[in-house]
Amino acid sequence: MVALLLTKTFLLPVRGRFAVSALSYPARCKSSGQPLTQEVSEELSDEAIFSHEHVELRRSLNKIIENDINPHVDEWENAKIFPAHQVFKKLGDAGFLGVNRPPEYGGLGLDYSYNVAVAEELGNIKCGAIPMAIGVQTDMATPALARFGSDLVKKEFLAPSISGDKVACLGVSEVGAGSDVSSIKTTAKKSGGDYIINGGKMWTTNGLQADWMCLLANTSDGPPHRNKSLICLPMDLPGIEKAKIDKIGMWSSDTAQIFLEDVRVPQSYLIGDEGMGFTYQMLQFQEERLWGAAASIVPLDTVIKETADYTKQRKIFGQPLLNNQAVHFKLAELQTEVECLRSLIYRATGMYIQGKDVTKLASMAKLKGGRLAREVTDCCLQYWGGMGYTSDVMVSRAHRDFRLLSIGGGADEVMMSIIAKYMGTLPKLKPQ
Amino acid sequence: MWPIFDYGRFVSIISSSDVYGVVWMRSLAQLHKMANLRVLVGVKRVIDYAVKIRVKPDNSGVVTDGVKHSMNPFCEIAMEEAVRLKEKKLAKEIIAVSCGPAQAQETIRTALAMGADRGIHVEVTGKSIDGDNNQTGQMTAALLDWPQATFASEVTKENDHLKVVREIDGGLETVKVTLPAVITADLRLNEPRYATLPNIMKAKKKKIAKHKAADFGVDLTPTLEVVGVEDPPVRQAGQKVESTEELVAKLKDSGVV
Repeated sequence: MVALLLTKTFLLPVRGRFAVSALSYPARCKSSGQPLTQEVSEELSDEAIFSHEHVELRRSLNKIIENDINPHVDEWENAKIFPAHQVFKKLGDAGFLGVNRPPEYGGLGLDYSYNVAVAEELGNIKCGAIPMAIGVQTDMATPALARFGSDLVKKEFLAPSISGDKVACLGVSEVGAGSDVSSIKTTAKKSGGDYIINGGKMWTTNGLQADWMCLLANTSDGPPHRNKSLICLPMDLPGIEKAKIDKIGMWSSDTAQIFLEDVRVPQSYLIGDEGMGFTYQMLQFQEERLWGAAASIVPLDTVIKETADYTKQRKIFGQPLLNNQAVHFKLAELQTEVECLRSLIYRATGMYIQGKDVTKLASMAKLKGGRLAREVTDCCLQYWGGMGYTSDVMVSRAHRDFRLLSIGGGADEVMMSIIAKYMGTLPKLKPQ
Repeated sequence: MWPIFDYGRFVSIISSSDVYGVVWMRSLAQLHKMANLRVLVGVKRVIDYAVKIRVKPDNSGVVTDGVKHSMNPFCEIAMEEAVRLKEKKLAKEIIAVSCGPAQAQETIRTALAMGADRGIHVEVTGKSIDGDNNQTGQMTAALLDWPQATFASEVTKENDHLKVVREIDGGLETVKVTLPAVITADLRLNEPRYATLPNIMKAKKKKIAKHKAADFGVDLTPTLEVVGVEDPPVRQAGQKVESTEELVAKLKDSGVV
């Protein structure tokens, strides 16, 4: 009993002594040799915004991550792409892609605390790219569609995005317009019953694999905050070209530059009202930013924990590196900051589900998330020494991947402008 | 020692190596053309199968603190089989049972999210893990005086009995058991599904009944004492030989033959 117990890796041939070659140990039963994700603790339900159901949700999602995603992450990072349709379908089947979306379209109609639980659990994926891709699908390309779209577009685009049958992407940023969304140049001109679209988009996550894009375009002349609309754009239409962008991190995510030349799309694919696109997009940003911050917490927890584990067994001058006060004090400080970020996110979530506007808190959470991610990964990488500089360890990948958090989804500087505006300290801009 | 529930006739599906993995099915075959079985599935929280087990320094057991735990994979397989029976309309009700400390309720909740209709928690203090003892199913069948089909890799219902394909050392054996019966699940019985979010939310309304072992008049005094737990001996390096003669010579020299 002892021998079996201690060397058991679940596949040990207690019952495998017959030579039936057709039968083999299911892949799910073999220990992959990868470090395991952390256990989802029941204590999570002690948090004000979480319940037992949130815990069960995270446990189930954790299984999908351990079985179907994490074993392939290294391979996908090296290939610089991951099979979005395959992964999204698995998640969609289990109900994780439409957590707060209307049940009439396959969603679960739950409140936003469940989105945050999903975002946090996705942090157990061993890279930043795949959670980001999922986040685009669930919380960046679809909020406006779910809230303002007609039944036609919801059936055509929202429902399949929730079920995982269609991959979505968001087309807002352009080559000449990132932080200043109002100066995008892409146009959608009416022609018969269609729009003709000209222009292009940049930094499009899921850009190569997406079936449709939530596109922000200028639909009329006039004030820049009132002349834009959101349009659902199928990505297989003639006139659409895609080019992959090579990046220093988020490797398994296919980020693309999109070229749009005389692309014809029916006017019925408009989301909500014409001219309201800018407003819708601003509303969409709240969820995107809260999500981005929530998705960064668990990776930061993991980096700190793995650094503590590494420095415990790494000896220097005769004792563990961790014994140096500089090291364990610094890790304590970093952990404190992560908990502060977590509290900020939970607080914003709690208010959001009560219907309050959380633009200020969400912007603060995104700002802090981006800054903290850089500090934690940079500091911990230093403690890993030479090993931290190799490609074999998680901390170097985290350092590369999470550098994006201060830039994408709204740069730190934009966040600070928003916060200053709420503080009443932002100077009035000259009219353009 | 196992609390007996007075449900009348049962069929059980048990996870082979799990002390508490038991499934009983109640057959109303005489009353209905299609059997309306009730299935009781035992579930238990154990050290995650992928964890590298470490022995405690005092050799009293294995390290469990801070180690990742999850539902015994065999229990998941047993649950999945029960859910499939229900989907085929062969089972009417699935009940998940777990004997253990308060944390056992979490495992029951996971079973409810997978598709069990209600749960039963029998509070028993003390920690335990999957000892790989392969006794629960067999003991249960003996106590209940029911037929058993262990190491099941396939279960099919035929009229008023079950046809079970078992994995044994020599290959596969097919047995027929009348209902009620005890079945233990083996690795290849099925691939458990993930608990979907809609089912997780539905599980909220499902009830877990709580009991103590004393409620059933069961005496928990252990009759077995673990004297020590040790690592297996480190495998010695082998020697390579060039020919059969050399092999025989070396075996003779070492006194083995």
